[in-house]
Amino acid sequence: MELFTNQVLAGIATGAIYACMALAVVMIYQAIDHLNFAQGEMAMFSTFISWQLMQWGIPYWWAFLMTLVISFAGGILIERLLFKPLAKAPILTNVAGFIALFAIVNSVAGLTWDFTIKQYPTPFGSSPFLGSQLISTHQAGMIGVTLLMLIGLYLFFQFTRIGLAMRAAAALPESARLVGINTSWMIALGWGMASAIGAVAGILIAPVVFLEPNMMGGVLVYGFAAAVLGGLTSPLGAVVGGFLVGVFENLAGTYIPGVGNELKLPIALALIITVLVFKPAGLFGRAIVKRV
Amino acid sequence: MTAMLNVKDLRAYYGQVQALHGLSFSLNEGSLTTLLGANGAGKTTTLRAICNMVRSTGAIEFEGAPLGSRSTESIVRLGIAHVPQGRGTFTTMTVEENLQLGAISRKDKAGIVSDIERMYAHFPVLKERYAQQAGTLSGGEQQMLAVARALMLRPRLMLLDEPSFGLAPLIVRDLFKILGKINREDKVTILVVEQNAQLALELADQAYVIETGRIVMSGNAKEIANNEDVRKSYLGY
Repeated sequence: MELFTNQVLAGIATGAIYACMALAVVMIYQAIDHLNFAQGEMAMFSTFISWQLMQWGIPYWWAFLMTLVISFAGGILIERLLFKPLAKAPILTNVAGFIALFAIVNSVAGLTWDFTIKQYPTPFGSSPFLGSQLISTHQAGMIGVTLLMLIGLYLFFQFTRIGLAMRAAAALPESARLVGINTSWMIALGWGMASAIGAVAGILIAPVVFLEPNMMGGVLVYGFAAAVLGGLTSPLGAVVGGFLVGVFENLAGTYIPGVGNELKLPIALALIITVLVFKPAGLFGRAIVKRV
Repeated sequence: MTAMLNVKDLRAYYGQVQALHGLSFSLNEGSLTTLLGANGAGKTTTLRAICNMVRSTGAIEFEGAPLGSRSTESIVRLGIAHVPQGRGTFTTMTVEENLQLGAISRKDKAGIVSDIERMYAHFPVLKERYAQQAGTLSGGEQQMLAVARALMLRPRLMLLDEPSFGLAPLIVRDLFKILGKINREDKVTILVVEQNAQLALELADQAYVIETGRIVMSGNAKEIANNEDVRKSYLGY
């Protein structure tokens, strides 16, 4: 039983990271109807920035905050320079854009900080949390920071005018323009926020997976699985999907014979395919009906 | 009376297809004008061209200043509210959020709060349903909400695209009464596109009739309504 509880709690901790990645993916998907394949690489790059700031002697939480601001600005910049011009381009052009972004960010990170694996600090330590062997303080910190951020985002979207305008722009761009909302800037804001959310995920998971340019590859696949499971049209679904995928991944690795650590990633892919076959809209999404 | 909106030689295109062939008309300040015509005549396109939602050429002046190539959202911010065909309701949001979105470009918080109360006075049914998802409202209620949302902008000019579409006749009468009241009491200039010609002519003071992208008739609404030939050939009743 203790093994089970332990695996569930550890699953919730990594699930928090998947939830962040899924949320970032869904935010951009809602705004521009494309999956950002480079979300993980952007998060990795942000994590490197925070690492660099700490190397220069800036304390952890200051580096954390500065990285969020830099990532937010960087996300907006990427949208303005690369994806705004592609707004009316065909799907494949956009996909090529995302793959290019993926390759560029990955290579620039490798070029700047090389491909060796680096230790990344945690401000929470890794002792048992509250004296219990079930979960470490860092895992508790991952869950705590993610929950704080999710609550903040909920309040922002539910109770601020700009949050309302962003929701309107994502739901019905034409109607949003007709009430005077600059939908183009709302998309850019969405990119900035998604980029900052990814940065949080990268910084929190880095002590676990270690810092290197390919650190987010597996994480993003789980993030996609979470987003598909929860429904690409639902931010709430993405978050719930993230936690579910985290727990499911751990339980499958522990209890299904032969799965172990090596086969965990195919589980995420199997999950994506299963959801797409049996419930394409996901748990919380709505089916998209298009008039043709 | 001065012209609030002046449209000259408006041509609009969907891809290669030309939908408007040189439309010219003007709206007097404080007037309630209706634009009539059959399906596909170009009524919706005319409204969309005013708000730069379709590719067009020609000159459009609002309160003496050319709209030029302004974006849709900046045209709206000048005080032109557009209630589109199909109402454009934010169906997944609450009634009150829809009203707040109508005022999203305004900065005066106190004015917005009092305007929401004013809308609830105009449309009591919206007050009853303020926390409900707008998509759960009936067609008539959604049209009331769309008009209220447009008024939240405190517009100088309101464009309405077939507000009667899909509504029961009694509800249409109510709605048109409210439009008349808004026009008289709030001094909002209104341009309403309609297929329900009879009702629209009762409401309006000016009327234009368009056919295949051209204006074929214009004048006083009463005269057009009483002209036997016009009624037979263009309005079909």
